[in-house]
Amino acid sequence: MTQHDDHHHHHDHAHGEAGSELPDIALRVRALETILSEKGYVQPGVIDAIVETYETKIGPRNGAQVVARAWSDPAYLERLRQDATAAIAELGFVGRQGEHMVVVENTPRQHNLVVCTLCSCYPWPVLGLPPVWYKSAPYRAKAVIDPRGVLADFGVALPAETAIRVWDSTAELRYLVIPMRPAGTDGWSEERLASLVTRDSMIGTSLALPAGDAA
Amino acid sequence: MLAALPTIPRQGDIPVFQEPWQAQAFAMAVALHERGVFSWTEWASTLAAEIKAAQAAGDPDLGDSYYRHWLAALERLVVDKEIASRRQLDMTKTAWDRAARATPHGQPILIENDPDRIR
Repeated sequence: MTQHDDHHHHHDHAHGEAGSELPDIALRVRALETILSEKGYVQPGVIDAIVETYETKIGPRNGAQVVARAWSDPAYLERLRQDATAAIAELGFVGRQGEHMVVVENTPRQHNLVVCTLCSCYPWPVLGLPPVWYKSAPYRAKAVIDPRGVLADFGVALPAETAIRVWDSTAELRYLVIPMRPAGTDGWSEERLASLVTRDSMIGTSLALPAGDAA
Repeated sequence: MLAALPTIPRQGDIPVFQEPWQAQAFAMAVALHERGVFSWTEWASTLAAEIKAAQAAGDPDLGDSYYRHWLAALERLVVDKEIASRRQLDMTKTAWDRAARATPHGQPILIENDPDRIR
């Protein structure tokens, strides 16, 4: 992405003959960027490098590898339980907003659902940046008041005997849900298992895909 | 009471950033945090305050306005940390606006194109 391609023009009002026009929000962003680079707070190329990382390198495939390893290797699962940040770092997923990770394991007795009621804290290194719905007020409110209703919105119906526990993320604590391993996947490679692990299943708004959906 | 809750706005997987300015705003906050300008706890509480203020002002806050809140939080911290004043932000924004209007369609918009720029 280049810095100067957010070039919009509006047809709903008159403007200069040949000139361009940028929306107000883009002007605000450019003003900040100009000031931060003039004052030396942001070095050239840093912004583009960060954007590229989050657009292409970090995403829910990272978390899926963690889950697949946890399903396959009981010793790894134990390390995740003891110190999730360190166990996740073993796979090379370190960095921003993943400093204090905690895993929560789904079982037939308890399903886990992650939300950030105040803003949108989210485990970037393993899931990338949050989807739009995670950042929305309806999700943030409803997850706490009616988690079973949230699951219904996502097409998930859990047995009545499965309790739902909601985890509210903070700037200090980020949660990764380990979904239940689907039936019929004994002996599968981690790579094949990872193809069943969706982003939503690691937030808790969905379950891992059934074995028949494997890549 | 539950029925009164709005529907969660779900859509298929969409790009991480929908417009370039969102990506720029995101990355500037990350870069400033890495330089130690603010802690992430400060960031989260500033962002939460902006979201609350926007909701109070009538934003349905469906997630699509998220990066607007993000930018507002970033501007607030830049001012609070005395990196720039509101007035500097406004003047630089106006300079970009003049630069855009002075740039022919199809040409890259650069702040150097501002006809009033002090050199």
